Amino acid sequence: MADGIVTLTSETFDEMVRGSDTPILVDFWAEWCGPCKQIAPVLAELATENKGKLTVAKLNVDDHGDIAMRFNVMSIPTLIVFKQGEPAKRLVGAKGKGQLVQELAEFL
Amino acid sequence: MSTSHHRVLIIGSGPAGLTAAIYTARASLQPLIIEGEPSSTSDQPGGQLMLTTEVENFPGFPEGIMGPELMTRCREQAARFGAQFITEKVTKVDFSARPFKAWVRDTLYTADSVIVSTGAQSLMLGLPEESRLIGHGLSTCATCDGFFFRGQNIVVVGGGDSALEEAQFLTKFAAKVTIIHRRDTLRASKIMQERAFANEKIEFLWNSQVTKLLGDEKVTGIEVASTVDGTTSTLDVTGVFVAIGHKPNTGLFEGILDMEPTGYLITKPGSTYTNIEGVFACGDVQDHTYRQAITAAGSGCMAAIDCERWLEAQH
Repeated sequence: MADGIVTLTSETFDEMVRGSDTPILVDFWAEWCGPCKQIAPVLAELATENKGKLTVAKLNVDDHGDIAMRFNVMSIPTLIVFKQGEPAKRLVGAKGKGQLVQELAEFL
Repeated sequence: MSTSHHRVLIIGSGPAGLTAAIYTARASLQPLIIEGEPSSTSDQPGGQLMLTTEVENFPGFPEGIMGPELMTRCREQAARFGAQFITEKVTKVDFSARPFKAWVRDTLYTADSVIVSTGAQSLMLGLPEESRLIGHGLSTCATCDGFFFRGQNIVVVGGGDSALEEAQFLTKFAAKVTIIHRRDTLRASKIMQERAFANEKIEFLWNSQVTKLLGDEKVTGIEVASTVDGTTSTLDVTGVFVAIGHKPNTGLFEGILDMEPTGYLITKPGSTYTNIEGVFACGDVQDHTYRQAITAAGSGCMAAIDCERWLEAQH
């Protein structure tokens, strides 16, 4: 977890998401997706800047497609903010930091 | 009061912008590149190649190279010689006087010269259902979304290399890919056409265009109309990939730089000079003929050389 981002798996997903005190932003990504890689540094910054207020996590859809399917993820990157274990907001497609900060404001 | 002043400001970091960056950096001009923000369309750092997989026709890579990897390498090369990057979108420019001005929201950057390399982004179909269904079965990024269509029937709209490349890539996942093209001949390169015709999973629907996207929360089908006699039909598909071409990212320069009715910037033939002395344009933003990564890179080099010589002549 070098960049402050939690790596989720099919096995750890539910526990992490339901057990989180703070809102948790899950980044659905894959290795072959250019835009996913573009937002990686932005998410790392968000993780650092909002430590304690927001957890940033990522889930590789290649390896853990079942979770992606459960949440009807059809396009990546998809960012879903979970609050108290339930999806509270969904953002589809790569976005700049400014826009992400705006979208996440209500959770911080 | 500007945040910083630069000899050269480059707007955009696709192959054109990054080549211009390498050359101007090596000429000790300390270029600043303002490259845009991450995005799933192609107006983003790295440009259109960020949305593709294998690039087989960029010289120097006999095994091919992944688009994002090629752009990462170009970026590293530019950084190595001192180019600086700001990963934000230019929101406004003023080229009416020197130094030239560019704003990122409230932050002002000034420069002695500007190289415009903002490239182009995917054209959409222009259907009312698009904004609702994008990311929900409608996509412009096969590499991002193809994965989710495993075993499904999908379509690719378009008839050029991009469309065929996307279709080819998508056959890795989809059960069937139908390419919908409004004419009966493709404008794609011969080699791509041959591969597509030989691919058992690819079918063609000629002389057709998509007139409606069906589905509430996600794509469940499309309506198509014949461009020959107007007859309509419905296809049950769960994915629609649009690859019908691009439009240049020149909104910022309307009323400032001369451009074609289609938006492409006009440069003096055989050079990268725009109608404003000291402002140069390179890459897809001023090229509707070739639009290749290598031609963009070539014109980026031309812009750097034009720019360097012009700056020198100012003293």
